[in-house]
Amino acid sequence: MIEYALNFAFVCAGVSLLINLWRLSFGPTIADRVLAVDTMAINGIALLVLYGIGRATSMYFEAALLFAMVGFVSTVAYCKFVLRGDIIE
Amino acid sequence: MEFVIELVISVLIVIGGLFTLIGSFGLVKLPNLLMRLHAPTKATTVGVGSILIASMLFFWMERGTFTIHELLITVFLFLTAPITANLIGKAYLLRHVDPHDDLPHTGEAEGWATFDSRDPEEQPKDPGKLPQDEKSNDLN
Repeated sequence: MIEYALNFAFVCAGVSLLINLWRLSFGPTIADRVLAVDTMAINGIALLVLYGIGRATSMYFEAALLFAMVGFVSTVAYCKFVLRGDIIE
Repeated sequence: MEFVIELVISVLIVIGGLFTLIGSFGLVKLPNLLMRLHAPTKATTVGVGSILIASMLFFWMERGTFTIHELLITVFLFLTAPITANLIGKAYLLRHVDPHDDLPHTGEAEGWATFDSRDPEEQPKDPGKLPQDEKSNDLN
């Protein structure tokens, strides 16, 4: 039963990534693109955790944690750059 | 008992997948950025949180030892999503919103704090259009 649920969630996360890619390509403003990249990072975390469940190994947990941190820092850095023209003032 | 736990894990995984899909659908469907901000920062965060709780339960069932380290990612995401949304909203306001025309009057002499300049000695910001100005415009 978990197999079917996992397959369903894989499809959902993959479709979400494609939709985010559309917004990343055609987003009218810079903020849209930053938001799309941030959402892609979160969907990537979901995919990693699902794959970890599928393989029954907790090795992917560290990767997901790193992905969460790096995604947050990169989004903040990009927004800061757009806001102030500088990342570390 | 085993079946019940599997059922709970499966339902959590399906809910998580659906919520990530709903979040991304909102990202495409909603009309402007300040509305679009809501979909990924709320729906997607809940979806990932659900998947992480499913993962926690799965490894509890698999290994027999209960660990909460998946909750680290959940807590981290729940803490950072509002900060990200705030910063993206500020960046959008700065580049695409005119504080005089698009925002309501602050009710004070100073303008919106988001539009403060880097140098505090610079001229005070425009507080925006007063309500009576808008009324006179409507009459004309």
